[in-house]
Amino acid sequence: MKKSVLPGFGLSLGVTGLALTLVVLLPLSGLLLETFTLTWPGFWSAVSEPRAVASYRLSFGAAFASAVINGFFGLLLAWVLVRYRFPGRAIVDALVDLPFALPTAVAGLTLTALYAKNGLLGQHLEPLGIFVAFTPVGVVIALTFVGLPFVVRTVQPVLESLDPSLEEAAAVLGASRWQTFRRVIFPSLFPALLTGITLSFARAVGEYGSIVFISGNMPMRTEITPLLIVTRLEQYDYAGATALAIVMLAVSFALLFTINVLQRWSQPRHA
Amino acid sequence: MRSPLSLEVPLQSRHLSALVRHRLAFDESVWVRRALIGLALSFVGLFLVLPLVTVFARALGEGPARYFHALTSREALAAIRLTLFTAAIVVPVNLVVGVAAAWLIAKFRFPGRSLLLTLVDLPFSVSPVIAGLAFVLLLGRSGLLGPWLQSIDVQVIFSTPGIVLATLFVTFPFVAREVLPLMQSQGNDQEEAALTLGASGFQTFFRVTLPRVKWALLSGVVLCNARAMGEFGAVSVVSGHIRGVTNTVPLHVEILYNEYDSTGAFAVASLLTLLAVVTLLVKKFVEWRTE
Repeated sequence: MKKSVLPGFGLSLGVTGLALTLVVLLPLSGLLLETFTLTWPGFWSAVSEPRAVASYRLSFGAAFASAVINGFFGLLLAWVLVRYRFPGRAIVDALVDLPFALPTAVAGLTLTALYAKNGLLGQHLEPLGIFVAFTPVGVVIALTFVGLPFVVRTVQPVLESLDPSLEEAAAVLGASRWQTFRRVIFPSLFPALLTGITLSFARAVGEYGSIVFISGNMPMRTEITPLLIVTRLEQYDYAGATALAIVMLAVSFALLFTINVLQRWSQPRHA
Repeated sequence: MRSPLSLEVPLQSRHLSALVRHRLAFDESVWVRRALIGLALSFVGLFLVLPLVTVFARALGEGPARYFHALTSREALAAIRLTLFTAAIVVPVNLVVGVAAAWLIAKFRFPGRSLLLTLVDLPFSVSPVIAGLAFVLLLGRSGLLGPWLQSIDVQVIFSTPGIVLATLFVTFPFVAREVLPLMQSQGNDQEEAALTLGASGFQTFFRVTLPRVKWALLSGVVLCNARAMGEFGAVSVVSGHIRGVTNTVPLHVEILYNEYDSTGAFAVASLLTLLAVVTLLVKKFVEWRTE
């Protein structure tokens, strides 16, 4: 360990530590302390009742579906943005970050309007028997919107730093373009792609703002777990809300750990 | 003196390379390119452009008079005031804390450094609803610190301080995230040189470090601000939805929507959408400046 000669260690440690304690650690430890007031049977019945189980199924199922969709289209977008030049490319590149910048409530509001019965898209989909607003499909669409930037932004830098000589070598050795993509390019992108998909999934699992609008919030059918937590809280059932929050937190931390491992794996390798 | 060969070789290799380019697959065919670009643009159009356009189309759908009426109602103005007030506290606080955290993690090696980095990033992986719940459990009337807060007559939950705290939580990592990678990659050499030449610690920071990270800092501030003004889940849990009192702009959108005032909801939402567009423009500008 080399000692740094720069000043400000104490000051920056003090500021960061104080803010971290007051804003992040204190509330989260409050949540953990609250769990000690729960009894095991009370906890178990809160997290295993049918309404809770239905909410996990929707939350995790829809988050998974949206992450897979984002994996496909995110890879496509990253590819097109890095490899091709076309008019409007800079605009598309900037637009990819829109879901980061647009408040989720606005996303939920406008997607609901588009896919509702009288909406621009809904009026054409509903005669075909495709119902989006106020169904699990709507939840998947909203989560796809929210998680869209993650895959693009994790794959893009790796694709940019890819060594072109590998592809040329494959071509010279007689590989078709598809073979080169499948056997040379895709394996080098895969760790970054998986990281992006996991980030997108983690973001989708906790999402609340946009879902409130588009899901219709029907218990057992279109109720996500964060919404059930809010419902329990509004009923002053703090124990029930805490129990569900602990389940969600455990999943989030497991995902965080996975992402860290994946990111270490997907660091662009330097020769 | 040139040999005839030296004239022929480049010619030959040019022909050869043309032949190779023709026969061997260095690139996708034009049709594959066009199909991929077309598919990507359709996806962007359907998922990003259409929702963006819809906000403004619906907001102005009943004419500008109705639009400005929705924006200037007493409750809308109160919501805008509260959102601006919250951001005016949250953004400066997280700017200072974010820079301090980035300086600490980038410039020093100490035990617990990677744990600290994980903790700074933690709010990104906690659902906003759970963040709100944590504050209610800690500071609400029946919370751990509830009795003490009541004894000194301070209300945090269902009031402005709770909204500020919840927003501080969800926007905590933004500035550090943008500044830290840059500070790390730049190393300590210039700061060490400044110190050797007799600059004080603060002089070194303001004259040497800050100018080199200013664009990343701007990007972090803009993203932090966008999230602070647009946060819904965490704020919704701690606000108690008291109209005209603890209603932020995103919460006001929900209230109008639930009252079937769709045009009003879109009018208020259009303000947040403009904010998002400005945020993207600034972010793009920063990328252009730093390239």
